[in-house]
Amino acid sequence: MKPPPFAYHAPTTVEEVCALLASLSDAKVLAGGQSLIPLLNFRLARPAHLVDINRVAGLDRIYEREEGIAVEALARQSAVEDSDVAMRVCPLLVDAVRLVAHRVIRNRGTVCGSLAHADPASELPAVLLALDGHVVVRSARGERTIPAGALFSGVMETSIAPDELLVEAWFPASPAPSAIVEESRRHGDFALAGAVRAADRLALFGVAPTPVLADPKDPTKGLQPSGDLEATPEFRLHLIRVLTERAFAA
Amino acid sequence: MKVNGVSYSAPVDARRLLSDHLRHDLGLTGTHVGCEHGVCGCCTVLLDGAPVRSCLMLAVQAEGHDVTTIEGLAQEGAPLHPVQQAFHECHGLQCGFCTPGFVMSVVGLLQQHPDPTPEQVDEGIAGNLCRCTGYASIRRSVHRAAELSKK
Repeated sequence: MKPPPFAYHAPTTVEEVCALLASLSDAKVLAGGQSLIPLLNFRLARPAHLVDINRVAGLDRIYEREEGIAVEALARQSAVEDSDVAMRVCPLLVDAVRLVAHRVIRNRGTVCGSLAHADPASELPAVLLALDGHVVVRSARGERTIPAGALFSGVMETSIAPDELLVEAWFPASPAPSAIVEESRRHGDFALAGAVRAADRLALFGVAPTPVLADPKDPTKGLQPSGDLEATPEFRLHLIRVLTERAFAA
Repeated sequence: MKVNGVSYSAPVDARRLLSDHLRHDLGLTGTHVGCEHGVCGCCTVLLDGAPVRSCLMLAVQAEGHDVTTIEGLAQEGAPLHPVQQAFHECHGLQCGFCTPGFVMSVVGLLQQHPDPTPEQVDEGIAGNLCRCTGYASIRRSVHRAAELSKK
């Protein structure tokens, strides 16, 4: 359970990060490492290069922007959890962050890292989708904005190009009522299934290769969740019906 | 990097995990290694005062930072740290394998919530696994540690 060999890079500016990502092949960005390092330890990922962005100064801001909250690449999940401005502008995001693993993990893990990792069972991608937020990515070629609806392309796959760095995520102010509900076997575990409500919009997670938008009146329509040791497909569909009801009862 | 107040140079090999660096290179074997993928919490240390998993960090990433391990909580011969004292008094351990991780997590928990509610205690220790105690005595230890920390 040790990481495979890799070349380690520790740039100190976003420009250096972009230059490295443009010149290296098979490179991964290392931010909080709470998903990537386990993948390395398990040897499920074997990147040739790791570009550690933790030494980039001033990339950890959490600030209000355009009636929403912007969270930069190195803002730790625990910082968002404790942020007054995040709580005031987007309490849904704070509620969701509190469901991510445990505080000790959140002390290191980042919001942007969760989005870039795009685990189908994770909370934050579904929150970004429910709120119709976006991410800002930068590369040596320039900067572009990717709306949530175009970001998630498959299991742990996004439309972020290999030479691009996710520099900021933007979550619109959460409307009232908003809610995130999920079911997991143990506190802090990956959710078996979950639902995010933002006014009339509903996003589901844990039941498809990516988070998906659904009709609150018929949330399981077209869903074909996978089954595993923890939950059968039928049980996941049942959970979605119950969780949607709970989210909309608020 | 500084570990328990002493400066050390970072390891040469970038893939060295912080947990392995502490144990194998620095001989600080109080930090235990259980699952090595962030689930069990045994390897929890303080990074600049906040608890983190040392198995989910590369040792080179700790360069320029302060690391505190279980060995750094109380000097030899000096009184125990309030959290250690509380675990001792309330029998918050049996085999002891998970204990360093619990103690470091609880140090962080009490910084965040000096007077934790039972729910905050459960939330705070949920990321650490213990296979001996059934957690009841650990919960008591956390509440006792909060009392002792105020004295």
